[in-house]
Amino acid sequence: MGTPGQTVGPFFGQALPYPGDSELVPAGRADAIRLHGYVYDGDGEPIPDALVEIWQADASGTVPRETGSLHRDGWSFTGWGRCETDRTGHYSFSTVLPGATEEGRAPFFAVVVFARGLLDRLFTRIYLPDHPANAADPLLASLSADERATLVAEADAQGLRFDIRLQGQGETVFLQHD
Amino acid sequence: MPSSDAAATTQAEISAEIAELAARPQESGQRQPLIDYPPYRSSILRHPTKDPRHVDPETIERWSPCFGHRDVHRLESDLTIGAHAGTNSAVSGEPIGERITVSGRIVDGEGRPVAGQLVEIWQANAAGRYVHKNEQHPAPLDPNFVGTGRCLTGPDGSYAFTTIKPGPYPWGNHRNAWRPAHIHFSIFGNAFTQRLVTQMYFPGDPLFALDPIYQSLTDEKAREALVATYDHDLTVPDYSMGYRWDIVLTGARRTWMEDSDD
Repeated sequence: MGTPGQTVGPFFGQALPYPGDSELVPAGRADAIRLHGYVYDGDGEPIPDALVEIWQADASGTVPRETGSLHRDGWSFTGWGRCETDRTGHYSFSTVLPGATEEGRAPFFAVVVFARGLLDRLFTRIYLPDHPANAADPLLASLSADERATLVAEADAQGLRFDIRLQGQGETVFLQHD
Repeated sequence: MPSSDAAATTQAEISAEIAELAARPQESGQRQPLIDYPPYRSSILRHPTKDPRHVDPETIERWSPCFGHRDVHRLESDLTIGAHAGTNSAVSGEPIGERITVSGRIVDGEGRPVAGQLVEIWQANAAGRYVHKNEQHPAPLDPNFVGTGRCLTGPDGSYAFTTIKPGPYPWGNHRNAWRPAHIHFSIFGNAFTQRLVTQMYFPGDPLFALDPIYQSLTDEKAREALVATYDHDLTVPDYSMGYRWDIVLTGARRTWMEDSDD
């Protein structure tokens, strides 16, 4: 019998964010990309008190086993990061593109979302645009084109853009793993 | 549709909504909060309307990020000394309030300890006030208390914090809305799919029945799982009151690449 979740509430700002939390690699490093977007509610309004976390393989597809996410040294890739949305509902990570953990599989960022008003965590995935392995991915293949579009990032000048819609038109596909 | 005018909604109206939702038949074994739970007004526009998609976890989701002693200093588990996170290094005195220790064990759905993982907590002070820019409750701040802490679990999944007992506090959900005293917990498991943020409550709180966040758990056993137990064996003579709260992280597990307990 599992311990149930509860909302992260409005007051996590002193506890969970920390300097460097969203910089899995230093911003501006040659191979760094920006992964960013907005979190929206059911009225299409941005959510200024959400928290987004990502967990990913490194560029070669290896699952990181390095510690040090809370005190980043700029060299160790821990694969995990956290970003509180700002007043405009925007989050932004600097990281690298994940590689496939197995030959031929579609790489993705694993994502968990928390927010005031959201009573339990939400899991989702961010897939890479136009990746050749996406077509054979079991999750993407099981979705309609509209649903699939909610899980695939868009390329932009610095990297990737991915918006998260908690409710309503274009609602992001969220996942359950049991 | 419930009124969106929070100030005009009474506790009696919220309690009636809570009772109506509690009387509705739920999926058996519904252990998680109802995320579509209008008595908690902020949830109305912030919950997905579609059921989550069941998926088999992929490799990355079967693992969890690693934390270690580079990440967390052992003193960060004592919220009464103010030496953590560089947030209040000027603190020299003792915080006001009832000093408590909160400890327990974290295991996964198979009963395996969650070892060496990160636990983060945050809470109001003894007067029911958070250190936060959006906090509006005119209760006193405590110059000796920030209310945030961290620790790493031991090899057996154990964790322990020293803090002070938080007070209940008013919030804007409806007129005369008060949250039961609680400590927020953020926990990493043996797999990313076990990631959990929740709240620990104190036994016998008279606000339980009135609180839509707590009551969003419609299963009584699920609600009870969030309530710590007073444990006199954990009470430290002449120092602190002891509470025990054990945590079980369900969700998908690592399978074939599992080594016994790393």
